[in-house]
Amino acid sequence: MSQNIRPDRDFTTLKDYRRTGGYQGIRKALTELRPKQVQQLVKDAGLRGRGGAGFSTGLKWSLVPMEDDSAADIRQTRYFLANADEMEPGAFKDRLLLEQDPHQLIEGIIIGAYAIQANIAYIFMRGEYRLAAKRVAHALQEARDHSYLGEHILDTDFNLEIYLHTSAGRYICGEETALLNALQGRRSIPRAKPPFAVVSGLWGRPTVANNVETLCNVPHILHYGVDWYHSLGLGADQGTKLFGVSGRVKHPGLWELPMGTPIREIIEEHAGGMQDGYRLRGFLPGGASTDFLLPEHLDVLMDYDAVAKAGSRMGTGTIIVLDDQTCPVQMVLNLEEFFAQESCGWCTPCRDGLPWTVTLLKDIVAGRGRMEDLYTLAGLTRMLGPGHTFCALAPGAMEPLQSALKFFREDFERYIIGNSATREPA
Amino acid sequence: MNLTTDKSTFAGLTAQEIQQIEAIIDHYEDNNAVAVEALNIVQKQRHWISDQCLCAVAELLQISRTHLESVATFDNLIYRQPVGNTVIHYCNSVTCWMLGSDRVCEHLCQRLNVQPGEVSADGEFTILPIVCLGACHHAPVALVGDDLKLALTEDSIDEILGVKHRG
Amino acid sequence: MARIEIDGELHTVQDGNNLLSTCLSLGLDLPYFCWHPALGSAGACRQCAILQYRDADDQQGHLVMACMTPVQDGMRIALTAQQARQFRRDNIELLMTNHPHYCPVCEEGGECHLQDMTLLTGHTMRRFRGQKRTHDNQYLGPFINHEMNRCIACYRCVRFYNDYAGSDDLQVFGIHNNVYFGRFEDGALQSEFSGNLVEVCPTGVFTDKTFSAHYARKWDLQTAPSVCVHCSLGCNVAPGERYGELRRIVNRYHGEVNGYLLCDRGRFGYDFVNSPKRIRKLHIAGQASCSVTMATDKFHTMLQAADGVIGIASPRASLEANFALRALVGEDNFFLGLDDSEHTLLNAIHEVMRDGGIHSPSLQEIEQADAILILGEDVTHSAPRMALSLRQAARNAAFALASKLHIQPWQDAAVRELRKQAPTPVFIASICSTRLDDIATNTWHGGPEDLARLGFAIAHNLNDAAPLPAALNEDQQALAANIARALRQAQRPLIVSGTSCSSLAVIQAAYNIARALPESAPQLAFTLPECNSLGMAIMGGKPLQQAFAAMNQGLADSVVILENDIYRRASTQQVDAFLETARHVVVIDSLQNNTTEKAALLLATATFAESEGTLVNNEGRAQRYFPVYPVTDPVRASWQWLLSVMTDSPWAHHDDLTSACAGAFPELATIVAAAPGADYTVEGCKIPRQPQRYSGRTAMHANIAVSEPGQPSDQETPFTFSMEGTTAKVPPAVLPVIWAPGWDSNQAINKFQEETGGSLRAGDPGIRLFEASGTQSWFNDIPPAFQAQPGVWKVIMLPHIFGSEELSLQSPAIAERCPAVCALLHPLDAETLAISDCDTVAIRDPSGTLIMNMPIRIEKTLPPGLLGLATGRPELQPLQSGMLVCLHKSDPLATDVSEERS
Repeated sequence: MSQNIRPDRDFTTLKDYRRTGGYQGIRKALTELRPKQVQQLVKDAGLRGRGGAGFSTGLKWSLVPMEDDSAADIRQTRYFLANADEMEPGAFKDRLLLEQDPHQLIEGIIIGAYAIQANIAYIFMRGEYRLAAKRVAHALQEARDHSYLGEHILDTDFNLEIYLHTSAGRYICGEETALLNALQGRRSIPRAKPPFAVVSGLWGRPTVANNVETLCNVPHILHYGVDWYHSLGLGADQGTKLFGVSGRVKHPGLWELPMGTPIREIIEEHAGGMQDGYRLRGFLPGGASTDFLLPEHLDVLMDYDAVAKAGSRMGTGTIIVLDDQTCPVQMVLNLEEFFAQESCGWCTPCRDGLPWTVTLLKDIVAGRGRMEDLYTLAGLTRMLGPGHTFCALAPGAMEPLQSALKFFREDFERYIIGNSATREPA
Repeated sequence: MNLTTDKSTFAGLTAQEIQQIEAIIDHYEDNNAVAVEALNIVQKQRHWISDQCLCAVAELLQISRTHLESVATFDNLIYRQPVGNTVIHYCNSVTCWMLGSDRVCEHLCQRLNVQPGEVSADGEFTILPIVCLGACHHAPVALVGDDLKLALTEDSIDEILGVKHRG
Repeated sequence: MARIEIDGELHTVQDGNNLLSTCLSLGLDLPYFCWHPALGSAGACRQCAILQYRDADDQQGHLVMACMTPVQDGMRIALTAQQARQFRRDNIELLMTNHPHYCPVCEEGGECHLQDMTLLTGHTMRRFRGQKRTHDNQYLGPFINHEMNRCIACYRCVRFYNDYAGSDDLQVFGIHNNVYFGRFEDGALQSEFSGNLVEVCPTGVFTDKTFSAHYARKWDLQTAPSVCVHCSLGCNVAPGERYGELRRIVNRYHGEVNGYLLCDRGRFGYDFVNSPKRIRKLHIAGQASCSVTMATDKFHTMLQAADGVIGIASPRASLEANFALRALVGEDNFFLGLDDSEHTLLNAIHEVMRDGGIHSPSLQEIEQADAILILGEDVTHSAPRMALSLRQAARNAAFALASKLHIQPWQDAAVRELRKQAPTPVFIASICSTRLDDIATNTWHGGPEDLARLGFAIAHNLNDAAPLPAALNEDQQALAANIARALRQAQRPLIVSGTSCSSLAVIQAAYNIARALPESAPQLAFTLPECNSLGMAIMGGKPLQQAFAAMNQGLADSVVILENDIYRRASTQQVDAFLETARHVVVIDSLQNNTTEKAALLLATATFAESEGTLVNNEGRAQRYFPVYPVTDPVRASWQWLLSVMTDSPWAHHDDLTSACAGAFPELATIVAAAPGADYTVEGCKIPRQPQRYSGRTAMHANIAVSEPGQPSDQETPFTFSMEGTTAKVPPAVLPVIWAPGWDSNQAINKFQEETGGSLRAGDPGIRLFEASGTQSWFNDIPPAFQAQPGVWKVIMLPHIFGSEELSLQSPAIAERCPAVCALLHPLDAETLAISDCDTVAIRDPSGTLIMNMPIRIEKTLPPGLLGLATGRPELQPLQSGMLVCLHKSDPLATDVSEERS
């Protein structure tokens, strides 16, 4: 997946991409396989969504009601979407794929669109990714020029156009159904599920939306096969994954590693361990909306189930490190301010609960906190829990808070008692 | 008989803007979907979206201006108030915060003598916070105009402001 | 049906509904905000949380939102479980972080759904120590106040306003907890249904501005069941009075007619009752004062002395008042008091409804239609509430597709998403563009003749036996075939027509179409001009022109005019001549008008708010309204004035008149059953008009007399002007106020319905007078196509919701929303006349006599050769539909009638 991302060149052109086996996946898909077979192949590969939720990609594709050959189906229009709205604090993987190897994504989209027989696809990209937008637009034009897009792709009956849609921003746009509304030019409010997008998505038509990284896996699965893909994973999950580390480590960065790589290896070897003078206090394993884990969890494997078992989520796979000189209370306050600001305003617990959370945390940090505020905060983490809100934003926001209350309780209490021992972030 | 509604013309848009907007209309099933891209197009030249521009886009696309305003006020990259020629979006999300985004903001404000959201006296800059820019391994970062600036220090900020000022 | 267990009890409930609606239908208390039975589920407020158990062994359960969870056979849920109650209480606590704590001074207080739900959940302690966010408010026009600080962001307002009512000038702005519900800029809300925001909003963001001007608490209002008098649909309303002044109208739920919603004319038109033009004194020409006795004596003397008395009836008065007049003057001297054209149209519609064999649908049935043809009506203006029903019917194809995709019909946004893929066939053939064009699959514009011809062509397409208009062009033929195909394929096709075009041919064509669809049980709905137009057509009477002739010929020398400004019905010259010839002119009316000015004896009468009666709506439903408060001396109800001079009358009471009227007309035989009579009691008591919390009774007249006056008695209805008695278990037709324990807002209605959004328990009020029977022969009288003649224009009167109706125009808020008078003209005609928008034309009759000057608005959808004008505006009285006029660009200094008005 990251084979073409090299420090010695700006980005991968179509020529570069083809040189390393690019656009072989669609040849296989479009000329040798029927759409249902492509769906099955991706399902067999065990590819799971890299956006954070970890839903089986092939299964998602197979849920699209496909045209019955015998009946004239009024619902022939289907859409395919690439979700390039990376905005999870701490996540910086999709930007790299978009900027460095846009053809890989385009090939993944073509294969996905073929699998569900969609003739129009959109890349929904956050507005701040200006360079990525430029590179993707350029790559789309190259692909068009070489007939990988348009009518009769590879001389088959399959037609596809991919449009780049740049968003004007908001974290919630990355939520699959909110993205549908955003693309349709509405307020980006999530939709009720059911119906799922595969049944009624863009303009009420069957729609599949996949994360950028997910789609970047697809060409390789087609090209090299399921067995090869299975051989890549170390743990229960298949394939490779982009893992990143940010915070006070020696070499913050991003690496493509086998699924199931131990967290210790990622932080201590690839990221080089903590910077001198700092100790590891904890970490968010998969972005801002995941529960804190502690140094004792370093030997957990980075795959969906193992991280879940440890009490958090693999999420985006980008680890945020909390060092011993950063105040966890203030860090949580920063996170909750983010979530409160990005709440779409649709449902009560999220819209009104997150700002209250922020108010309480601010009070605590400012020395106005009361002991019962910790009880209120704990209540809010339950109140804004999964299933209680309209979408997963607020439950995600509660994950770092609830684990911080558990793991770093003395830090909270110290503020309230009145002598803050932690210093301001340097 | 129909109630008449106030209509301002889309004469305020340039021919180029209209052409760019019309070029993407057939990418979508309806014109509402064109709206955000259309605002992006208009904002590119004008830096912000005035009431008049918003109404012009709505009229050009034959969509409700109220609906368009509803969307524009939801999104954070549509500026409904004047901004400088270059908007400096400094990331204040968690990693950048840990590594000093507050100081980045402070330094920017001090150098430009503005508060976030205000336009600098020369009309050149506006400082706004932004959520994670996806470059956490180079924190703290900022998006200056269209350019992502990494690993910001006071010196590199001064350099950015200086270059921009000269350019 | 499904069996579900709620809090340990088994219930058998409807399949397919959501749990919130189901629980409310069962009479259980479950709080909610964003859900509304007319709007479906949104899942936004998270207030209706309940516990759902996986199976019989699950002790833990998990929280689900009842509004978003479908009923499933065998499911176990709990409303009262501690976890669910805690969540609901906490959720209110979150809503309250920004909601003001000034209920005692808030207008919504006492009928606030948020207040009710807060008490229901038991949230009492405030833990939030932060600041409340505040907003600026907007000017939203004469109907609605805006107070955004009260907003709890349930999104009901925008869902109603945009999705349900189809207007686009109210939206939500901003994000997170800084969301603002308002307009792009200050200005009057453009929807004709904006008043419903008052009731749709669960708290006090949108309140009734006309009510604010003379505010009283809900519990201090005296109320009785009533029926709207501002159009023919007969929406049920609940007027409220205090201190002898009508304070407001709110919706009175009716499952078959208006449901939860009213139009703005119906809601804000009431203030005519309090108008300075109200006739509150009796008047004998040439005398300074007049008592009741003097007036009665005078009336009596006039009748004695008269040599033939003409009675002129009223389509805005009750059956009983009209019947009393008919009894007074005799059948031969009873004239309907309609203009000639309207008289003919109403007779034709009455015949079709009675003998045509076509079902006349209720608004509820209209909402179920799956293919619609609107022929000649701009329904939003001629029968506003019906337009809202038609708008919902336009969703039916999407509902059908949703069902195929297993999307629940109450998943509102999901069903709306399918709208474009599954458009319901809606064809609008009208004079010019209409406010429903956005739901139409096709629109077509033409003059009345051409609309009729299109209609006849559709009928012929459906059935060869129906006559075919000659010389149709290809477009018309193709369109007719297209419409016919859609109607034929439908299961519940609906034709809507009415009197707006003043064209008999349009009505006949509409009937031919319905008749040509025998297999599919078509429905045919007519919009009529006034609240008792159909009642008058049923009662029957002679045309007004014959009254003029009779007077002229000396067959009568006196006239009694009942609630009718006959200057609105015929030319000024004719009416002047008629009234000047008459030796005695008795006028009974409530507001001053041109006719009352000519009265030798003017009898002040009660309005709908102070009297009782029966009205027949456009559907053929007879409904009773009751006095909300007693009239003050010397005002009497019309029927009382008339009975007072019928010395040998066997009738003493209103119920006697109702019975006699039922006995006199077979078609009205069942009207007695429209509501219980005056002898109806509950546990021996009459029904109280005042809520039990009514305050100040002993002292509210202390400025007049310090001792408490006795309560006025009411011999005519089952109600008492008092708080004694009970409203529990009274039938809906006499239910004065919607109020249930813990439910102070109008949303208490769920306690009175068979199921949420369904019929009222014990039946929706009113009696349908017709059911489809018989058949009429094809109408064959097809007019030739309209040919515009150079230099001559044909006047076409177009109704407008604000201004066309006589009474509501006297309400200041309605008058404020009434558009300036202007004439519509096609661009080609404007070009011919060398005029542009807002220029003034001189309108002359063909002989060249100036009728008036008038500003022009160019309307590209109006057919060339027509001059469009607003119906019912006093300024336009000299002009009538069908008149031919000449137009000339006039001197810019010529008087502008719209200026004259102000």
